[in-house]
Amino acid sequence: MKRFTVAILVNNQLGVVNRVTSMFRRRQFNIHSLTVSETETMDFSRITIQSEGDDVVKQQLINQLYKLPDVSSVKELDAREAVTRELMLIKMRNSPESRGEIKSAIEAFEGKILDYTKESLTIQMVGDIQKIDNFVNLMKDYEILEICRTGVVSLERGASVIRHVTQL
Amino acid sequence: MKLTGSDIIVRTLIEQGVDVVFGYPGGQVIHIYDSLYKYQSELKHVLTAHEQGASHAADGYARATGKVGVCIATSGPGATNLVTGIATAYLDSVPMVAITGNVPNSVIGTDGFQEIDITGITLPITKHNYFVSSIEDLADTIRDAFKLAASGRPGPVLIDVPKDVQTATYDYEPHAPVIPEEKQAAKELRIQQAAETINAAQKPFIYFGGGLVSGNAQAELLELAEKIDAPLGCSMMGISGVPTDHPRFLGMQGMHGHYACSTAMHHADTIIALGARFNDRVTGNRAKFAKNAKIVHIDIDGAELNKTVNSAHGLRGDMKLTLQRLLPLIEKVERPDWQAHIDELRAREAAGQDKRDGMTPTNVINKLNTYLKPNTPVATDVGQHQCWAAQYVKFQQTRRFITSGGLGTMGFGMGAAMGAQMGTGERTVLITGDGSFGMNLNELATAVANKVPLVILLLNNGVLGMVRQWQTLFFQKHYSNTMLDARQTDFVKLAEAFGADASRALTLEELDAALEKAFSCDGPYLIDCAIDKDEFVLPMLPPGGSMDDIIVKVGD
Repeated sequence: MKRFTVAILVNNQLGVVNRVTSMFRRRQFNIHSLTVSETETMDFSRITIQSEGDDVVKQQLINQLYKLPDVSSVKELDAREAVTRELMLIKMRNSPESRGEIKSAIEAFEGKILDYTKESLTIQMVGDIQKIDNFVNLMKDYEILEICRTGVVSLERGASVIRHVTQL
Repeated sequence: MKLTGSDIIVRTLIEQGVDVVFGYPGGQVIHIYDSLYKYQSELKHVLTAHEQGASHAADGYARATGKVGVCIATSGPGATNLVTGIATAYLDSVPMVAITGNVPNSVIGTDGFQEIDITGITLPITKHNYFVSSIEDLADTIRDAFKLAASGRPGPVLIDVPKDVQTATYDYEPHAPVIPEEKQAAKELRIQQAAETINAAQKPFIYFGGGLVSGNAQAELLELAEKIDAPLGCSMMGISGVPTDHPRFLGMQGMHGHYACSTAMHHADTIIALGARFNDRVTGNRAKFAKNAKIVHIDIDGAELNKTVNSAHGLRGDMKLTLQRLLPLIEKVERPDWQAHIDELRAREAAGQDKRDGMTPTNVINKLNTYLKPNTPVATDVGQHQCWAAQYVKFQQTRRFITSGGLGTMGFGMGAAMGAQMGTGERTVLITGDGSFGMNLNELATAVANKVPLVILLLNNGVLGMVRQWQTLFFQKHYSNTMLDARQTDFVKLAEAFGADASRALTLEELDAALEKAFSCDGPYLIDCAIDKDEFVLPMLPPGGSMDDIIVKVGD
């Protein structure tokens, strides 16, 4: 099972996310993360998904996306040829015993403390999935109160854009 | 010119070349019905007994004509009653536009009377759907819907129009009928690669489905078969794609397919699949399906390629154009050994054929065959009678077998047969069963009201035969809820109560006499045709089985 990232340009219209996710649910595609955002134009929204499966599943997912009239272009973003980022907020129990170790982890991972109280530390972490997963694993040694992740956003390296990708 | 939304709806339908719509009025479409009244000389509306009947009628119309079928229903229950019909059309790729009314925009989202989120409900069973919140978009949305329904792989599209949009006024200018998206052949390189594989084949088999019919590629199919000297078989949806008596045609493949056809496909080294989607009723156990065959798969829908079976070559493109590009690359060959093998399979099939006298399914349908004209549409419901029709009815023209293949909708037949009749103007046959007919027999009222020349051949065995057949074979004859003998329905009296002519046939002679009357009747004519409850649809590939498990005969 391979993880893959797919970027989708959809018409910026009411209910369009529902159309896309409804298809994923109906055909039982397993989606790890999904982000939706505005784009460089009012006409389109951009959906970035992370999913998992072999090449047949991946191709089927892309083909099924193309069948939705509101989908304008679809492209798999190869990890080596794209920049990929996710943002996480993680709230940790603040205690004198763990504080020092957490703070040095934040430093090593280039994170940021956004909120500091006697009971808690809220940390912002930005990076690719691997980095964020690694940080979360590290924090499991202490008391995690809450985690919130944005899901992945991704752009191809270089000047190419996905707007004019046509189906093979 | 300024028109109300409801006038714009009707005028746009007329502009798009619609000649008949099927529907049922109600509170949230009352303005559309007022416009239908106004424009009744230009657009015929057929009132059905139930919205489901309207959706199946629009479907049957579209299947028989290739044009987009249209149905109209009110909000809430009217809209939900269309759902089975829309799903039926979706699974069989039938172009349809369904128009529903809804509560005014100001009431949307408040659970108003007869408010339902029909765009949400139909999301997974339409190609696309629209909620028209503003009148500015109304005419163009309808045009887009027609274009989408007919483009690429056809399918149903729903348009939900709140009442205030129907009463608002806006500028309307007539447009020309929309033209479907331009058709494209598959990529040249893929065609060349596929041609190499086909040219290298020793035992090729061509398997076609509904995509061949909707792609109008019959001539190209037959030319390909001639060139590579291959037998032809089809899925349920492919029936009537080539004349039943064509010497290369082995019939239907799959769970209840013809023995020679299924076996030839099993023995083939190359399967050329045209507009067919390798549904589980065709493949049986996928792991054991055509293990040694290379598959060349051509379909207009790229998502069908490698969906259920892996193909050596997947070609996405319009069927006719792709075959036209492929044909010049194909070498003409003769395959006496392969043909001898096919002949042997045919002989084996013929030897095993049901030769009993009396009211067997074979004899009944063969009797019907003597009354069919080349262009007679034959619709069915779903169950044993449907499979017998698929196996034995003789078709000469394409688009004449009107059946619910993908969804398998019992109750499809009455509406669909009327739609096919109105689309073609030809007397139409409905082959149905007592189970299926019971689901939408209210549409007899519609057939009578519209004097629809409809021959209803009701194969009455007093049981839900297909499920009962499974219970016999796989559930130790536990006939759970499949015996209808407690029902006391007299179908002849029932038809008469609706105002239709009817008679009962207990023997082939009586059937002959009844058909004689039915085929000269002005309106609908029902024949209550007695069939033994232990008649089976054979051969049968058990669900999930392979060709090794085929059941050809059932012992006592």
